Amino acid sequence: MKKLIGIASLLLLVVVIASLLSRDPETGTHTFLTAYNIENLLQRIGMFGVLSIAAMFVIVTGGIDLSIGAVVCVVGCVLPWLTRDLGWSPYLALPAALLLAGCIGLWHGLLVTWLGLQSFVVTLCGLLIYRGLMRWFTHDQTMGFGSSGDGLRYLATGRIQVTATFGLPVAALLLLVVAILAAVFMNRTVWGRQLFALGRNEEAARFSGVPTRRLSLLAYVLCSLLAGLGGALFVLDVNSAQASSFGNFYELYAIAGAVLGGVALRGGEGTVIGVVLGAALMQVLSNAINLVADSTQLEFAVVGAVILFGAAADEGVRKLLSRRRAS
Amino acid sequence: MRRPLLEVLGIYKSFPGVRALQDVRLSLGHGEVLALIGENGAGKSTLMKILAGVHRPDAGVLLLDGAPVTLPSPRAALDLGIALIHQELNLCDNLSVAGSLFLGRELRSGPFLQRRAMEHAARAVLLRVGLDVDPRRLVDTLAPAQKQLLEISRALLGKARILIMDEPTSSLTQIEAERLFAVVGELTAAGVGVIYISHRLNEVTAIADRVVVLRDGRNAGEINGVDATNDRMVSMMVGRSLSGVRRVPHEPGEEVLSVQGLRTAAWPAAQCDLSLRTGEVVGIAGLLGAGRTELLRALVGADRVLSGSITCGGVLLSGHGPAVAAAAGLVLVPEDRKQQGLILSMNVRENLSLPTLRSRGVLVDREYERELTESKIRDLAIATPHGEQRAGALSGGNQQKIVIGKWLAAAPKVLLLDEPTRGVDVGARAEIYARLHDLAATGLAVLFVSSELAEVLTLADRVLVMHEGRIQGTLGFAEMTEQTIMTLATGTGAA
Repeated sequence: MKKLIGIASLLLLVVVIASLLSRDPETGTHTFLTAYNIENLLQRIGMFGVLSIAAMFVIVTGGIDLSIGAVVCVVGCVLPWLTRDLGWSPYLALPAALLLAGCIGLWHGLLVTWLGLQSFVVTLCGLLIYRGLMRWFTHDQTMGFGSSGDGLRYLATGRIQVTATFGLPVAALLLLVVAILAAVFMNRTVWGRQLFALGRNEEAARFSGVPTRRLSLLAYVLCSLLAGLGGALFVLDVNSAQASSFGNFYELYAIAGAVLGGVALRGGEGTVIGVVLGAALMQVLSNAINLVADSTQLEFAVVGAVILFGAAADEGVRKLLSRRRAS
Repeated sequence: MRRPLLEVLGIYKSFPGVRALQDVRLSLGHGEVLALIGENGAGKSTLMKILAGVHRPDAGVLLLDGAPVTLPSPRAALDLGIALIHQELNLCDNLSVAGSLFLGRELRSGPFLQRRAMEHAARAVLLRVGLDVDPRRLVDTLAPAQKQLLEISRALLGKARILIMDEPTSSLTQIEAERLFAVVGELTAAGVGVIYISHRLNEVTAIADRVVVLRDGRNAGEINGVDATNDRMVSMMVGRSLSGVRRVPHEPGEEVLSVQGLRTAAWPAAQCDLSLRTGEVVGIAGLLGAGRTELLRALVGADRVLSGSITCGGVLLSGHGPAVAAAAGLVLVPEDRKQQGLILSMNVRENLSLPTLRSRGVLVDREYERELTESKIRDLAIATPHGEQRAGALSGGNQQKIVIGKWLAAAPKVLLLDEPTRGVDVGARAEIYARLHDLAATGLAVLFVSSELAEVLTLADRVLVMHEGRIQGTLGFAEMTEQTIMTLATGTGAA
């Protein structure tokens, strides 16, 4: 709860600063607060938020998934290929692409749980393998839907008009649905409880009869599946994907969002609301830098600095509390 | 008369909401073994931590050789020659013996380590505690008793004059413990003062020159070593005398667990056969490493079974895990409570419900969970303010009650317990014994492993003695004595 308040206040702070700093001196408007900007921002939060929730599932088990960006790339290339090159209906192609993503997760999970490999190694190698395969498969050509994905693109680019000037992005709504499902899964189902138990103490969970291997497997599958969904949204949004760059670094955005939102890397801790707030903070930051600095050169530096500040503040507060308790 | 080595006068210490120590006094002479006993929460660890410089007292004086000293940090205590040997040993498994001895005070010439010199010095100090191992060996490869001796030699290397030992024998077998006592005897002969903290009263009688009893953060009394009988110590600790324990064996019913030709990875050449009937309480005795823990773990499928058959309540178990074993009515309260038994960072409710959690529709059945929590807290008298309390914040005895409670919720036919009262104070221990007897009376079969012979003799209707992976012999209720058990355990007798 304290973590949630912390991250929510940090988000509010950044929003306020961004609003103030983005004032255009000529027109007197705050460019950050325009309907157009908010729409775009919410859409991006929707897409990246799905990736951060994906990352959360694996991090809660005490593992890590570095291949999220590569899975984004796989789906980003395969989905247009299915619809444009093979002529599949987009409504068939999307489940097929997600199935492929889920299989990648299953593969990771099997290597981690049955072979006992470190998730870091498995997914780092996965990152290299999938992106390499995609570059070879597409001959480094840009993949796009042409007009073959038209109905489906609504998921990523659609707006539900609320007022004359503002439309709620469908992608944000999709995140809301995913977040609610994930929150119910984590907090209200037996599997979610067991997943937290597994992340906190795998041995004790195993001794208590928790099917630890099957649950870890499930976490990896869910992670890659959601990464695939994110990949689909990204490619539906921009309608072009190049294997060499599509989804580059997205795993780091996803993990940073999750960690910023209070998911502990040692496992067993985290809330879905926190993750959504964390992902939102990441996007607000990069958006604000674009608007205020008029360039993206400083983006990584500022994002890094804010995460570091958040982590330091969290640790500082924790130390202070435990010292007060001890003395 | 020579001044005492250490005097503690009128120590007070409070934590938020708790008065941990009030006007606590004790003195320790040169070459004396002072046993400090008391129930969990009596203030032993707080006092110990004050002596080791971890906590600072609110009021009171510490005199070392008659001169007042302050101990602002563990480093300061060490520099004055006060060394604390923790219950959970503080050794780095991946260092060599010499490396861990000199950790933090390495011999160097410039930036380079002087390995030869350290190994040489290590040999000398290891010899003093009778630990004959190569200083280049990895700590990881040492037995628990050897690690304990290594900790002591580390304290000696730091020129310790006062050794504080916290439950040093909790992971040692009887024979290893006796070796440790011999070492303590040699150290005291050389003038080292020892403060010895233990729940094992037999040891206290054997080793202590004097016994100081703490209760509720105050001095509850002091007994000379020769006068320290178990009864006197127990009644001083709990402030009342515990009612005598049952000494009539239970009436067993039908066979509920049958094990034939079981082989485990720890002792692949040995086979185990055993049979358990409803309503009986059976102990498994043996030396450390005799394969007792491995047997229990294999039974519930926490470890791989190489071959053999396990039948519980008519269900043949093979290739099973703990969940399947629990469904057949076979559950284990494991040896390592903090690592295997509980998830310390989760609360009492979540721990109690973990093995039996069920859904109503797709969601957790919270009504079931709430009832389970309330009933187990009440039935087992778990001392917790509420079900939302973090399990790690409770005392060892209450933690153990949670582990037992979560498995009772699974309605077991056979309850396996591995060292059920390790690190559990006297009062909670008596409660656990009483509960186990009650459960046996209702038809539950109980099979427990214990390294404390007194516990085996108190609790068991019969005892299986293991030696090198096999069951060396079975002793009936009338035949069980420390002598007969130890004879089988050391492999010198066969049944």
